[in-house]
Amino acid sequence: MSGEWQSYVRRIEELAARSGLRFHPVDFEAVPDSFMMEIAVYGLPVRMPHWSFGVRYIYQLIQRHMGHSRLFEVVFPGNPGHAYLAESNGLAENILVTAHVLGHADFSRNNLLFRRCQEQVSERIVEHAAQHARQISQAIETHGAQRVEAALDAALALEQHIDVDQALRRPPYPEYADEPRALVDDAFRRRFAALEPASAAAGAEARKRAPVPPHPERDLLWFVAHYAPEMESWERDIFLAVREESFYFYPVFATQIMNEGWASYWHARLLREADFVPQQAYVDAIKCHSDVVRPIAAEAQVALNINPYHLGFAMWEKIVASQGLEAARRIMEQDDDFGFVRNHLTRELADELGLFRYSARSDGQVKVLEHDLAGLREAILAPKYNFGAPVVSASRVRNDGTLELTHDSTVDGRGLDLERSRKVLDYLHRIWRRPIVLTTVNQAGSGLEVTAP
Amino acid sequence: MGEDGGKRGGSPGAGKWYELFSRGARDWLRHDEKVREAVRANLPEIIAGGDVINDAARTVRVPVRMLEHYHFRLRRPEEQQGAGQGKAKPGDVFADPARDKGPGEKGAGGTEDGGVQLLLEFKVDDIVDWLWEEMQLPNLKARQGPSDESDWVREGWDRRGARSRLDRRRSFKELVKRRGAPGATPTFTDEDLRFRQLARRRQPAVHAVVFFMLDVSGSMSDRDRKLAKTFFFWVVQGLRREYRSLETVFVAHTTEAWEFNEPDFFQVSGSGGTVASAGLLKVREIMDARYNPGRSNIYLFYASDGDNAVSDAAEARAALAAITAETCYTGYVEVSSGVSRQLDTETGRLFAELNAAGCAAGSYALNDFDDVWGAVKHFFTAHNQEPAGA
Repeated sequence: MSGEWQSYVRRIEELAARSGLRFHPVDFEAVPDSFMMEIAVYGLPVRMPHWSFGVRYIYQLIQRHMGHSRLFEVVFPGNPGHAYLAESNGLAENILVTAHVLGHADFSRNNLLFRRCQEQVSERIVEHAAQHARQISQAIETHGAQRVEAALDAALALEQHIDVDQALRRPPYPEYADEPRALVDDAFRRRFAALEPASAAAGAEARKRAPVPPHPERDLLWFVAHYAPEMESWERDIFLAVREESFYFYPVFATQIMNEGWASYWHARLLREADFVPQQAYVDAIKCHSDVVRPIAAEAQVALNINPYHLGFAMWEKIVASQGLEAARRIMEQDDDFGFVRNHLTRELADELGLFRYSARSDGQVKVLEHDLAGLREAILAPKYNFGAPVVSASRVRNDGTLELTHDSTVDGRGLDLERSRKVLDYLHRIWRRPIVLTTVNQAGSGLEVTAP
Repeated sequence: MGEDGGKRGGSPGAGKWYELFSRGARDWLRHDEKVREAVRANLPEIIAGGDVINDAARTVRVPVRMLEHYHFRLRRPEEQQGAGQGKAKPGDVFADPARDKGPGEKGAGGTEDGGVQLLLEFKVDDIVDWLWEEMQLPNLKARQGPSDESDWVREGWDRRGARSRLDRRRSFKELVKRRGAPGATPTFTDEDLRFRQLARRRQPAVHAVVFFMLDVSGSMSDRDRKLAKTFFFWVVQGLRREYRSLETVFVAHTTEAWEFNEPDFFQVSGSGGTVASAGLLKVREIMDARYNPGRSNIYLFYASDGDNAVSDAAEARAALAAITAETCYTGYVEVSSGVSRQLDTETGRLFAELNAAGCAAGSYALNDFDDVWGAVKHFFTAHNQEPAGA
């Protein structure tokens, strides 16, 4: 780590604190590019082993070789936060990145979704994930790589299927159905009971066992971990470990536009105000900034996806300019991307940025659609609905242990990809160990069952 | 903020594990291992790959897709809607500029399915091992009778010999024996040294010759020849496993027949009609001149489209009968990439007769690269049910 950059860290932190950012201390660490890449692939510095990460790793390697992506920093929220910086960063890049990281640290300390997550998961997700990785390597030693892999195949296939509105540590379902509310004991009741003693006794019937699940359950990882008929306790631990990590990933996923935009807004602003940064470093850093928040690749005319850094950055600039910093901070604390885009992406801004809605045919032909602000907002948000996954819930467990899963096609608008669904059921079947039936719809919209085995 | 500004950069020297160990590479290896398992489960497809055989390196290159870890996904819609940015007006129509580009940036839980293909190399020997396991073939029996082939075997000890053959244990024993005698000095002398001796011994025949006869008449297309080549390749692999020395003879014929070396063999294309007896006589000639059927295991594999001249039937039948008397096995593959005639051809009938007569012969119709696996399996299993020497 260059000592030169170190001397700026403290001054940037002071400047950030003066500008109203409130953040937990951040540990900075410069690491080799190869490690940066692994962090990006795994999402956490130390995480459980699984071959699917190997696949992502290959894609990352290819991307890096093609020069598509370069990672400057990865930051993990917590108290203290951890920020990993690429060793190959120059001084200017590091100054920019430090400011950017402080923006993230401010965001993750104050945004409600992050706060809730940290209350649930703890402020030490990095250590927790490392603990999970250790626990899984122990499981591999005791139970063999193949059985652990089968459990991980199933758990990671369902990683998006959690219910973030539930607590991380949920109590089990009540064993008995709710009893009818105690009747008010008044004169009328007494006279009524006296009329026909039998009907009064009927109310005090034996308590009814509640069905499992009592309502369609979207928290599949939790449900399988607790209600699978024949699951080993170590397999359960793996499911719960994956679920805990998903609880950590959700706020990162659901606030990406806001969070990256906020950090970009603040690195640009802090840099402007940092009079102690030498002229040349400032110019280099600003160049780097404009690369990061660039809407479209230099050679292209249009992009069919929106750079979240760019969109978030532009929106925050607009909000701060029109409503002031106080209002911006309130929005930052209370919203996630859904509220943020729906409430604050205005017609003027969309036009200014040249955002459009399109429809792409499978042969690659793209047609730009009519302007429609509500439609545009939803097109931006659609990949984020329900943690990016179809709405699948556990609806019933039959007497023989058969698990019934139901896909809510009215919410998602169309049916599931059958081939993939079948594969997921195969993974899950090895853990559930009883038949599984998944209901979805076919192309024509009529019901369809996918089963395993 | 800033109460705790002291500790920065972690503890130096403590955790640099990531420089020594790459989790990404570990999981990548596991992925490749899984791919190999999957490929192994689909052997017929590898074998069918006509272009992939690289004989010099003794490897087969198989293009494989990256495995996908499956998640629930919605069905791909006819028309996908999205949001984009740039200079575009409503109603503009253009081709997706980002098609075939790499997958998106990092994202939690995101799985990308770009069309990346890996080219994995498999050792031919491994594949043959798998094949053998798959078919559970008992090993072939060596043909009876002595052969010219002989080998050196260890036999006895002597006081003289090459230094490399010194048997230290024996020599030391001699020393101990001598030391037991009164008045002896406890040092090695030349007297003590014992050398292992070798002797030439005749071995039972483990020598094989495979004749590959290919019809190169005008009716055989390039694709037919390639089919035959792929099939022949796997035959050699199968037999090579059984015999320490395997010779190959390549004969091509139209109305005449010629012997070729391997590289030229598959390039040959001729024109004109098909006279199988010409090729068979050539095979017979080479067989008589070079190989003693008593000492070699002889195999003949014949690939043709089956359109033998009708006038040749009697001669071909006679020549084939003479050859099958001496071979361990005679196989006929009918390559017809166009239409499948299921061995209902002149040559097909010839072999059917042979088979009916109880000779070690078999035939198989090869219409597509997918059939190569079936053909290999057919010949190698059949051939064991009727052991050599019929």
